[in-house]
Amino acid sequence: MENLILILSKPDNLPIAMMVVLLGYYTLLWWRQARKNDGIISDGRYSELQDENNDRIFVWPYLVRIEFLAAILVLLILTVWSVALDAPLEHPANPSKTPNPSKAPWYFLGLQEMLVYFDPWIAGVIFPTLIIVGLMAIPYIDKNPKGNGYYTWMERKFALSTFLFGFFVLWVALIFVGTFLRGPGWNFFAPWEAWDPHKVVAMVNVDLHQYFGIRSSVVAFLFGGFIVTAYFCLGIVYYYWKKNTDFIKTMGAARFGVMAFLFLCMMGLPIKMLLRWAFNIKYVWVTPWFNI
Amino acid sequence: MQAFIEKMKDSATKSQVWKSMFRHSYEDTPRNRYLQVLDNVWLHLHPTRIPRHAGAIRFTWCMGGITWLLFLVTAVTGVLLMFYYRPTAEYAFNDMKYLEFDVPFGMFLRNMHRWAAHGMVITVWLHMFRVFLTGSYKPPREFNWVVGVILLTVTLLLSFTGYLLPWDQLSIWAVTVGTNMARATPLLGHEGPFGPELGMRPDNDVRFVLLGGTQVGPPTLLRFYVLHCIFLPIFLSIFCAVHFWRIRKDGGISGPL
Repeated sequence: MENLILILSKPDNLPIAMMVVLLGYYTLLWWRQARKNDGIISDGRYSELQDENNDRIFVWPYLVRIEFLAAILVLLILTVWSVALDAPLEHPANPSKTPNPSKAPWYFLGLQEMLVYFDPWIAGVIFPTLIIVGLMAIPYIDKNPKGNGYYTWMERKFALSTFLFGFFVLWVALIFVGTFLRGPGWNFFAPWEAWDPHKVVAMVNVDLHQYFGIRSSVVAFLFGGFIVTAYFCLGIVYYYWKKNTDFIKTMGAARFGVMAFLFLCMMGLPIKMLLRWAFNIKYVWVTPWFNI
Repeated sequence: MQAFIEKMKDSATKSQVWKSMFRHSYEDTPRNRYLQVLDNVWLHLHPTRIPRHAGAIRFTWCMGGITWLLFLVTAVTGVLLMFYYRPTAEYAFNDMKYLEFDVPFGMFLRNMHRWAAHGMVITVWLHMFRVFLTGSYKPPREFNWVVGVILLTVTLLLSFTGYLLPWDQLSIWAVTVGTNMARATPLLGHEGPFGPELGMRPDNDVRFVLLGGTQVGPPTLLRFYVLHCIFLPIFLSIFCAVHFWRIRKDGGISGPL
């Protein structure tokens, strides 16, 4: 526990605690407003929301005063924060002395934590790129015209739950794990454990094909390739299964293909986390050039 | 006395100098409420009137505005820090100590810069979260969401490049860990898939370009400094201009249609 408190009390990690609190607060705020709006909409009183939208107020003073007060409040918090807590400064840079653990800045620790489950070319390059591209693609993928400009849950369940899962679990929770639960050697330490640099961790990870007793590397290559291809083919299967639904019809093949690819890539992370934590599986597909 | 004050006030506000600066009176009339926003270079980014819900904190969370405010704070404190900081390996760390112990309010300045930067990372995430929850990326605002994602990325890059500048153990190793990923870039990194096959070596791959060397060293410090102080802030400002402009052009804040 001492160790956890030590890390928590590092001034650079305070923002994480603040973020978690703010996220909790705003999620509740969203949920309350969403349920309220959902009630209004299911009562058939959508026009009430529209009426509020059409009711105009003057920017001066009604918006400007809020902005002004918010600016004062933020600057006040920032001033108190800057007086109370000093920015960290450690020993001078020394390229020959590697700290253990070496960690990226806190906002990238989710990506660093992904390195446990994927090789650097995926966790460090492909996934960050896909996160950026995928976020940019959202407006062009989401063809649901509802829920534009008001909080809701009922009308956008899939979009909201996917985003919340990605943001809360795959981004924020992984940052939390990477910051507070990863010690020397990037080994996992429970909150009550001390960070022992000599912790002995048994190397019990195996590759998926070894589970099936495949020894030949050629067969293993084909096997892994088949599994990965089959995984991405789930999108195609779903497309033909639901071909006649309104959802697929409004999406169209190309748009659905992009969405399915991004979605399956995203879900690849929790799947590999599960495989690692529950079955000690390291790679699904082993090739001479790359491993997945 | 009262009459004298009135007279002074009159002669001041009716002077050519005053009138050249202030185009309208301060009387509380609807016309003046419009002009207050329209005639002011700082406020004219706003529409003159907005939907009622746009003035509610529970709807906007103020997060976009706060992000912009925090950017301004980092810009101001950053310029002041630049007076005292030299981006070379010989001086960088000593200048941090100089800021901490000798420069009046130096430590406060540095704290403010760092915490505002961390705060900006959080508020930009929360802003994105809010925009997603209200579905505000939906037509006609698709492209502004894309611009927002660019701004989010630039914010993280700004924070990351700034992380190196103190030139202490924390900063070089954090940046080492971060930039090590570049060597695994497919095709372009010397440890990435098909990189070696394409002739990538530690001294010619994409990571080398980023660092200006095979490890985080003095050239990296200079590179990150220039990116942090010149390129990225300008880039961010340009896209912020587009972002704010597009809010207006896409019909103002989103709301139930």
